[in-house]
Amino acid sequence: MSGNAQPHRWIARERLGYGEICAAVADPIQRRGPGRAWVIAFLGVLPLVLASVIAIGAVLTIGIGLSGVNTTVVWGFSIANYVWWIGIGNAGTLISSMLLLTRQHWRASINRFAEAMTLFAAAIAGIFPIIHLGRPLYSYWLAPYPNTMDLWPQWRSALVWDFWAILSYLLFSLIFWFTGLLPDLATMRDRAQSRLGRKIYGALALGWRGSARHWAVYETFHKTMAALAVPLVCSVHSIVGLDFAASLMPGWQESIFPPYFVVGAMYSGFAMVVVLAIIIRWGLNLQALITPAHFDAMAKVMLFASIVMTFSYATEWFMGWYGGDHADRAVVSYFFTGDYRWLYYSLLFCNCLMPQALWFAQVRLNLCALAIISIVINLGMWLERILIVWNTLSHGHAVSLWRTYHVSFYDGVILIAPLGLFAFGFLVLARIFPIVSIHEVSQLAHDQGAARGRAS
Amino acid sequence: MSAPLLAEFDNPEALVRAMRLAAADGHRALDAFTPFPVPDLTDAFAPPRNRVRPAMALAGFGAAAAMYALQWYASVIDYPLNTGGRPLHSWLVFLLVPFEFGVLIAAITGLVVLFWTCGLPRLHHPLFAIPQFERASQDRFMLLIASKDADATALRESLERAGALLVAEMHP
Repeated sequence: MSGNAQPHRWIARERLGYGEICAAVADPIQRRGPGRAWVIAFLGVLPLVLASVIAIGAVLTIGIGLSGVNTTVVWGFSIANYVWWIGIGNAGTLISSMLLLTRQHWRASINRFAEAMTLFAAAIAGIFPIIHLGRPLYSYWLAPYPNTMDLWPQWRSALVWDFWAILSYLLFSLIFWFTGLLPDLATMRDRAQSRLGRKIYGALALGWRGSARHWAVYETFHKTMAALAVPLVCSVHSIVGLDFAASLMPGWQESIFPPYFVVGAMYSGFAMVVVLAIIIRWGLNLQALITPAHFDAMAKVMLFASIVMTFSYATEWFMGWYGGDHADRAVVSYFFTGDYRWLYYSLLFCNCLMPQALWFAQVRLNLCALAIISIVINLGMWLERILIVWNTLSHGHAVSLWRTYHVSFYDGVILIAPLGLFAFGFLVLARIFPIVSIHEVSQLAHDQGAARGRAS
Repeated sequence: MSAPLLAEFDNPEALVRAMRLAAADGHRALDAFTPFPVPDLTDAFAPPRNRVRPAMALAGFGAAAAMYALQWYASVIDYPLNTGGRPLHSWLVFLLVPFEFGVLIAAITGLVVLFWTCGLPRLHHPLFAIPQFERASQDRFMLLIASKDADATALRESLERAGALLVAEMHP
């Protein structure tokens, strides 16, 4: 790690004992009040939470006509939002498990909230296909169950694949997150001062004692879960890619879609983790645990993902031309010259050009610049998803059907308001559970020699 | 036979040293309790055969096979539906759902086996009655050890010589 003046590679303090680590993570929850910034943020997101609930209620009672979709552009914000949120959701578990498998010990500081990010984002993503169904009251028909109609789900339908992918992924992520949290819940139980705190954390910790036997089984299970998580995440986002690629539409029917979606998910997810890490580090005073070296490593991953995305876009253009199909070529030229061209240029700026600033170490170590770039990447990734939907549907095979999408007020609400729902989830979680893994950071402090003073 | 002793150390290396010294004297180390996994202790106490992975593999592959069979039965036998001349048994796309489902069932099985092997959930344990045990999840490393003699004084002294901060008896 170049330009790294801190005493240990991943810990920014000369000496960081186990007790101090516990205190740094647990005390903001158990010993101190929420603080003014938390209260302001909490009150700030409440209107958005309310708006999400109202928007969902409205579309369930009034119907899909609230959205700007029409008979040509039959998909809209709901689908783009779904892909964007599931992308962010995928990245949390992917980051956590890939870094565990590759023995990147710095993950200790970021994996917990990356996993929490997955839970909330995947749960929010799961709302969108349902509210976009048109007849959401029949959404349970996706599950195979014995019914008086003698019907079965259509197993060749991408919607059924989505149902299983989201369901499996959400429950899997919940188990992965809870397993990692279990030893920390025991720490919270043992540090709790109030009787209620002891009872709640005691019940959630399930009697975890940190026995050597427990740890042995725990480590086997956690590593196996990580090994399963990587293919699971790739399959989930590949299935999202197949929602498009399994169609016959120009610009969608491309074999590159599944991997291209997986990289896109990792890209926007890392950007979201960086944004959250900056906020959490500041909000909970975790400067000793989340260090500039962490941001440097994450910025390098984002830079790499940006380059892969740029190549993916270029491959898409090249294959459109090389394939020689008229409709495919027309859609690619529509990207650059059509109704949505300015959005397309913005997308290229956000996803391809702007992140190139991360080649410079000064930018990677400047949290303000990093936060701006990460937000711009997330914006660019949302534009990518909406343009995948709009460009193809507005410029399909039948020329007589060419139409554009007109954004409705409801579309704006379901774009913005779930961000508040996500923030709400995080704010509540940060007040209840340790947002950084205590036991993994303690182990890191031990291995790096920070727990005893000098680096060994 | 006296009650087992719980000795507290402030770093894992001291605990491992004390455990080896006591074992050399013929005492029996029962378990160790630490805030994070310590490889030497895992080697000393972990059961030789860990059933998590075989159970997960069995359940995962079994669930995937069952799901594939369900898809096949539904689409070929019970509800054959010709959509654009595609084969009823579309095995390529029938692989997607079994994979997702198999991974989910493997994860659930793994969690159940983890709890089963660790004896969790167990909300009370005699160790929780020892006040110092609270720190085993924070900044102390505890060794639970049974003396070979009826009188544990010799073991207690040797643990204290090896650097134990506090030695307490555990009463079941």
